[in-house]
Amino acid sequence: MDYSSFLQMNEEFSLLMVMLFLLIYDIFAGEKGSKYFQPIALVLFAAHTLLNCIPRDAFSIAGGMYQYVPMQTYVKTILNIGTFIVLLQAHKFLNEDANRIKRGEFYFLTLSTLLGMYFMISSGNFLMFFIGLETASIPMATLVAFDKYNRKSAEAGAKYILSAVFASSISLFGMSLIYGSTGTLYFSDLATLITASPLTIMAFVFFSVGLFFKISLVPFHLWTPDVYEGAQTNITSYLSVISKGAAVFVLFTLLTKVFGHLVTQWQPILYGLAVVSITVANVFAIRQQNLKRFLAFSSISQAGYILLAIISGTALGMTSLVYYVLVYMFSNLAAFGVISVIENQTKKVLMSDYNGLYQTNPRLSFVMMLALFSLAGIPPFAGFFSKFFVFSAAAQQGYYVLVFIALLNTIISLYYYLLVIKAMFLNKSENPIEVVKSDFPVKLSFVICTLGILLVGLFSTIYDQIGLLSFGM
Amino acid sequence: MNFLSLFVLIPALMMMGLFLSNSRKQLLFFMTAGASLLMIFSTVLTYMYFTERAAGNAATMLFTADTVWYSAFNIHYSVGVDGISVAMLILTSIIVFTGVFASWKIDPLPKEFFLWFCLLSSGVYGFFISTDLFTMFMYYEIALIPMYLLIGIWGTGKKEYAAMKLTLMLMGGSALLLVGILGIYYASGATTMNILEIAKLHIPIEMQYYFFPLTFTGFGVLGAMFPFHTWSPDGHASAPTAVSMLHAGVLMKLGGYGCFRVAMYLMPQAAHELAWIFLILTGISVVYGAFSAIHQTDLKYINAYSSVSHCGLVLFAILMMNETSATGAILQMLSHGLTTALFFALIGMIYGRTHTRLITEMGGLMKVLPFLGVCFVIAGLGSLGLPSLSGFVAEMTIFVGSFQHTDLFHRVLTVLACSSIVITAVYILRMVGKFLLGKIQDPHHEHLTDATWFERISVVTLIFFMFALGSAPFWITNMIHESVLPVIGQLVK
Repeated sequence: MDYSSFLQMNEEFSLLMVMLFLLIYDIFAGEKGSKYFQPIALVLFAAHTLLNCIPRDAFSIAGGMYQYVPMQTYVKTILNIGTFIVLLQAHKFLNEDANRIKRGEFYFLTLSTLLGMYFMISSGNFLMFFIGLETASIPMATLVAFDKYNRKSAEAGAKYILSAVFASSISLFGMSLIYGSTGTLYFSDLATLITASPLTIMAFVFFSVGLFFKISLVPFHLWTPDVYEGAQTNITSYLSVISKGAAVFVLFTLLTKVFGHLVTQWQPILYGLAVVSITVANVFAIRQQNLKRFLAFSSISQAGYILLAIISGTALGMTSLVYYVLVYMFSNLAAFGVISVIENQTKKVLMSDYNGLYQTNPRLSFVMMLALFSLAGIPPFAGFFSKFFVFSAAAQQGYYVLVFIALLNTIISLYYYLLVIKAMFLNKSENPIEVVKSDFPVKLSFVICTLGILLVGLFSTIYDQIGLLSFGM
Repeated sequence: MNFLSLFVLIPALMMMGLFLSNSRKQLLFFMTAGASLLMIFSTVLTYMYFTERAAGNAATMLFTADTVWYSAFNIHYSVGVDGISVAMLILTSIIVFTGVFASWKIDPLPKEFFLWFCLLSSGVYGFFISTDLFTMFMYYEIALIPMYLLIGIWGTGKKEYAAMKLTLMLMGGSALLLVGILGIYYASGATTMNILEIAKLHIPIEMQYYFFPLTFTGFGVLGAMFPFHTWSPDGHASAPTAVSMLHAGVLMKLGGYGCFRVAMYLMPQAAHELAWIFLILTGISVVYGAFSAIHQTDLKYINAYSSVSHCGLVLFAILMMNETSATGAILQMLSHGLTTALFFALIGMIYGRTHTRLITEMGGLMKVLPFLGVCFVIAGLGSLGLPSLSGFVAEMTIFVGSFQHTDLFHRVLTVLACSSIVITAVYILRMVGKFLLGKIQDPHHEHLTDATWFERISVVTLIFFMFALGSAPFWITNMIHESVLPVIGQLVK
């Protein structure tokens, strides 16, 4: 058998090599070598990111199991950049004495989930898709429970694995119904075979639950706040951005490619989910005191906004979605980064702890402010542009009422983002958070995020580049 | 990009300068240098505008430039000015210039204050030079968000409540606006977001019925249209002096300008059909604002409610839809901008000395603060429409225009709106009588010192322009008049 076609899976192989090298290095490195573990890991991962950021021509291998379109390169690159930022932010945490021994596992598990997402994105068959989904979620549960002596972290890990397995089993049931009604699992064949019969509609509904769970849309979101709160903050940020970003992209491609004939069925479903997700999450976010829970609800409502791009189902929607994920990544990682830096040093995560933060940590407050303004969609920050494009994509298809509801919700969201800004800038505190020291990688991650927030919107080249590829979808 | 973009770039450069400076002296240097540069630049622009027009250039917008930004959505960075924008740019420059002098001694965190102040002014400038719906909306939002921190950190009184209320209500307005803009863009089937190009197309009338109210209300919130005016009294009363000046003086004009330039210009049929609803609402603003001002005892609240009344008059005049009243509306924007900025500046200065703004706790201040007192009286007279000051010209033009409608509905509303002049006189004279004249109430007030040099610069500049507009209005009315014609032409078609 000729295996040479496998080598076309550039991204996957290069990531696998990085992973294996790090695993072996971690096991065999001596006292001296382990000092360089993290720098080497970061450099290797950065090299991997750079090597795989040029789109190639579309191809399909393994009989259609693995399908590549150029757009996937951009999505994978966005995920890579996000993962890189997360790894930078975790640098200090992993250098602590208690965690130094677990560094190898941290990297290996994180990159395994990333590999799973790669396969999920490039899959051309439901089986492949399912393997990708599981590869992404099972190591994730381990990561959530990474801090195993912390009761909350262990609890969060259990919650995550139980609900994730439940969701994927329902999804698997949906796939079996698809196979039962059409006799194939290949996306390319299914596109014509799926028609709006009751069985396939049911299959679609069951199947999509797995993805909705990953994206954590209301009412599949109940795990989100607890897991976000319990997990180590860097894992939380990974979960909220990378995992979610991969899932929304896959949802879009599946809905347009595979379930294209069910468009009249899935549009109302997404419409309802978008409205409910945005509204419920916003209302809950207002009352959160723990900033990690707060950002959990905020990320649920952001996922709702992304649905506006998906619902349009057009090339414009695709471009806006990828762009939105990119911008959301920079903003959310910046916000989580600030929280993680402060939490690592002071163990403070409550909003009331942030009172008067600007007095002691002006730079961190500034980054946090940029991130929150960008999440709220305030110009001239990138979040404004991404929101505008998503709304525009939905309005183009005539969803004015949906856009209107979403816009009203942006006001609610602005309110709670301003609460954090108020705590940092306006409120006075008797004992504000002490001056927080951060090391070079963390600073670098903040620089990347800030530049992303400030520049991605103002320069249209990035959007245009994504747009060039989206028309092939 | 052409030289008009300098209006946005100069504040941006000022921000950079502020970043690098580390003493109050340097901060003030950058601020005064930048503000003066903006003043000079808007004067030069006015001169260029006149020469261009005199040379016979009859295009709707002059000095236009256009750069593709986001081609997928046909978003261009396009700029251009007509007489209305030039007038507004002059106004903005005056207010920014005087605002810097009025916040000479701002404390604490002067650097941050001026940074946000510059961001705010760059948003305002950008709004007035844009001819593209997207960039217009973007600049509109840029101008809104610094308000939260400016009021929240440097304000007085119920500042946190007021800041949150103002930001959320104005953002609510912008949400309506965004739906309106997207609607205009997609319903017109335009391949551009340029206002001038969309105006040539026809938006289906049933779509206009949806999007005209949204757009008009969206801008109307910022123009303090009843019942969405409630942010204004709290916001203006809590804001620091320079921010009140800029917000009441210029930012509220964004509302009127937007209603005129976007809502009415692009959707004339719906404007005709639905104008009556908004006429009633703005009519209520005019009268209700004036009556509320009578009742207040806090100087800033009095002036804030009087702003509601006067800005209501701007929208009221726009909705009358003829050349005279539209010219009057723009004049009223200028006049109100100058007057209210002067008021807020003076109130800030008086408050800085007496530490109270309640007129019941003050009295006889004319004796100890003669300069501020006299200027306050001039501002008051300008506000109630004394001939030779700016208010008279503006209100006169508006009411002459409104009386051209002969039907009962417009007549009744015009008469009601006219009555606001009398009510204005009541609260202005009462206020002046209460706290400037009479006996000194608080013995501490006997040893107050009069205005310092930087305060005098700020006040005298504003009074100078009020006189200039009031005694020699023809040069600016011509400029405005020929620029309202395209919009009015669209409306009467």
